[in-house]
Amino acid sequence: MQLFVFICAGLMILTGAIGVIVRSHPVHAALSLILTLFGVAVMYVAQEAQFLAAVQVIVYAGAIVVLFLFVIMLLGVDTAEDLRIEPFKLQRKFAMLVGGGVIGLVTIAAISSRDNLALVKPLPSDAVGSVEIASHDGNIRRLARDLFSDHVLAFELTSVLLVVAVVGTVLLARRAPKSPSETTS
Amino acid sequence: MIAADPTLIGPSVNWFALSPLLVLLGAALVLLVVGALAPRWPRHLYALFAAATGLATMILCFFLWHDISAHGITTLVGGTLRFDDFSLFVTITISASIVLVAFVTDDYLRREDLEGPEVYALYLLAAIGGVVMGSANDLIVLFLGLEILSISMYVMAASHRKRIESQEAGIKYFILGGFSSAFFLYGIALVYGTAGSTNFTEIVSSFNTTVPAVRHDAFILAGVGMLLVGLGFKVAAVPFHFWAPDVYEGAPTPVTSFMASVGKVAAFAAMLRVLLFALPHWRDDYRPIIWVLAVLTVVVGSVMAVVQTNVKRMLAFSSISHAGFILIGVEAAAHRAGQPEGGDGASSALLYVLLYSVLVIGTFSVVAMVGRTGDSATDLASFRGLAKSHPLIASAMTVLLLAQAGVPLTSGFVAKFGVIQAAVEEHSYAIAIIAMVASVIAAFLYLRIMVSMWVSEPEAGDDAREAVRVPLWTGIALSLSVGFTLFVGFFPGWLIDAAKAATVTRPTRP
Repeated sequence: MQLFVFICAGLMILTGAIGVIVRSHPVHAALSLILTLFGVAVMYVAQEAQFLAAVQVIVYAGAIVVLFLFVIMLLGVDTAEDLRIEPFKLQRKFAMLVGGGVIGLVTIAAISSRDNLALVKPLPSDAVGSVEIASHDGNIRRLARDLFSDHVLAFELTSVLLVVAVVGTVLLARRAPKSPSETTS
Repeated sequence: MIAADPTLIGPSVNWFALSPLLVLLGAALVLLVVGALAPRWPRHLYALFAAATGLATMILCFFLWHDISAHGITTLVGGTLRFDDFSLFVTITISASIVLVAFVTDDYLRREDLEGPEVYALYLLAAIGGVVMGSANDLIVLFLGLEILSISMYVMAASHRKRIESQEAGIKYFILGGFSSAFFLYGIALVYGTAGSTNFTEIVSSFNTTVPAVRHDAFILAGVGMLLVGLGFKVAAVPFHFWAPDVYEGAPTPVTSFMASVGKVAAFAAMLRVLLFALPHWRDDYRPIIWVLAVLTVVVGSVMAVVQTNVKRMLAFSSISHAGFILIGVEAAAHRAGQPEGGDGASSALLYVLLYSVLVIGTFSVVAMVGRTGDSATDLASFRGLAKSHPLIASAMTVLLLAQAGVPLTSGFVAKFGVIQAAVEEHSYAIAIIAMVASVIAAFLYLRIMVSMWVSEPEAGDDAREAVRVPLWTGIALSLSVGFTLFVGFFPGWLIDAAKAATVTRPTRP
C-alpha cells in the first residue's frame, strides 16, 4: 500500500514538474505546478505529517500558485513563449546536460548510500512519544514544541525576513517621490 | 494543550549576548516606523542614525568581548547561535562597514534625489542577516541569515529608481541568487539526511560516531558539494562569479560597496562556520575543491579586471580576485578543521575581510563622487584630470588602490601577507606562488586607474563635464578609510593579534 501511494505521488510530482517546463503557455505551466505541490502533500500524508500536508495545500497550491497566476494575468496571458527560439546558442543543450547530470548523481548517491542512512540516529523521541504523533493533534503539538524550543530563533528570524520583504516592496513599488504625501508611504 | 503540558520550557535567552542583534533590529524598526509616520527628517539624520547604530553595535561588541575573555564561550537560544570571539569579530567588521557606508550613502542619495529611510533600514536589516551568518550554530539559522542578507541586497541593488541598469542588476542578482540559495538548501537537506540534525554541535557528534561507515558516503559528499556551490556563489568565487560584475556595475555605488564589504564578510564567515564548525570530518574532501576555487578565482579575477574599461567593473573583478585571496586563507584553515590548534588560516581570512571591507568602501566612495549625478560616469576616462581638480581625493584613491594591490606599509599588504603566510605554513606552496603572480597582474589594473587620474592628458570636452563635488560626510568616510588603511599598514600587530584571538579555542562556559 505504501509503495503504491509512493509511486502514485511520485508520478504526480514528476508529471507536474515536467509539465512546468514543457508547457509553452504560462498558465498551463503554473497549473502543472499545482499537481507537483499536491503530490508532495500526498507524500507528507503518507509520512503521517498531516499538518504539513494541509499547510502545503493551503499555502503553496492555494496562495502561491494563485499569486503566480495573478502575475501572469497582469503581464498578459496571451504572450505564450515560443519554445523553439533559443536566446543563447547551446544553452538548452548545456542545461539538459547539467540537469541530467545532477539527477543522475543524486540518484546514484541515494542508491549507493541507502545502507548508511540507517545509521543516522532516529529523530529524538522526547516527551512526545511516537504514539502521540500518530494521534490526530500530535503533529501540531510536536511542531509547536519544536518551533518554540529548539527553533525559536529561526522562527523569530523569519519575521525579520518578512520585514525585509515589506521594506523591499515599499522601496521598489514606489514611484519617484514628487509630493510630500508620497514620501510617507 | 500547552497549559496542560508544563514540560515545555523555552530556551534560556542571554539578552546581553544578543544585544548587537537587538540593537540593529530595534534601530531598523525605529527608522521604518518613525520614518513612515513623521515627515521627512532633517538632512543627514537618517544616515547619522544608521551610523550611530553601527557605532553602538561596535561598542557593545567590545563589552561582549571582555565578557567572553572573562567567562568563556557559549551558545545562545537553545544552541542555535554561537557566542564566541569569531562572531564578535564578524559583528564588529559588519558594524564598522555600516558606519562608513551610511556616510557615503547620505550624500549619494541627496545627489540622486532619492532620499528616504528605507535604504538605511535595509542596511541595518541586512547587517542582522550578516551577523546571524557569522554566529550561526545551526544550518537553518544560517540559511535564514543568508536569505535576510541576500534579499535585502537584491532590493538595494534595484533601489535606484531612475537608472534602468540598477533595476537590471536587481533582477539578475535576484534570479541567480535565488538559484544558489536553492543549491544551498538542497545541501542542507542532504546533510540533515545523513546527520539527523541541522545543529552544528549535533552534526559533529553524530558524525563522530558514524564517520567510519559513512566516510565515503555519496549522499553526504553531494551535500557538502551543494553547500560549497551555494557559498561559492555568495562569495563570488570563479566559476560562480558571473553575477558580480553586472550587479556591481548596475547597483548604486554605495550599495556596491555594501555588497563588497558586508556581503563578503558575511559570506566568508558563513563559509568558515560551515566548513570548520559543522563539517570538519570532510576536510580532506572539500579542501581540494577550495584549492581549485581559490586558484581559479585569483587568476580569473585578476586577468579579467585588467581588460575592463569601466572602473566599477574593474573593481568588481578585483573584488573577485580578493575573494580568491580570502579563499586561500580558508584553504589553509581547512587543513586543520576540527583540530584544537586551528593554525592561522581562519584568522588570516577574517583579518583579510576586515581590511578589505574598509578599503573597498573608501575606494567606492571615490567612485561614487566621480560618478557624478546619475551615477553613470564610471568609465576610466571619467577619472581623467582628477589629480588636477582634486589632488587630495586623487591621493586618497591612490593610497587605497596601492593598498588593494598589496603594497607594503598599507593594510592590503598586511592582509595579503597574512593569507600567503598561512598557506605557506600548511605547505601549500603552489597556491602561494600563484597568488603572488596574480597579485602582480592585478597591480596593473590599479595602475591603470592611477595613470588615468595623474598622468592622462586632458581632452577636449573635459571642462564641459560636471565638476566632481566632495560632500562633507563622504569626505569623512574616505579619510577614515584612508587613515585606517595607513595606520594598520604601519602598526598591524594589534589587529593581527585580535584576529588570532578571534579564532583560538577558548574554554566553554560552565
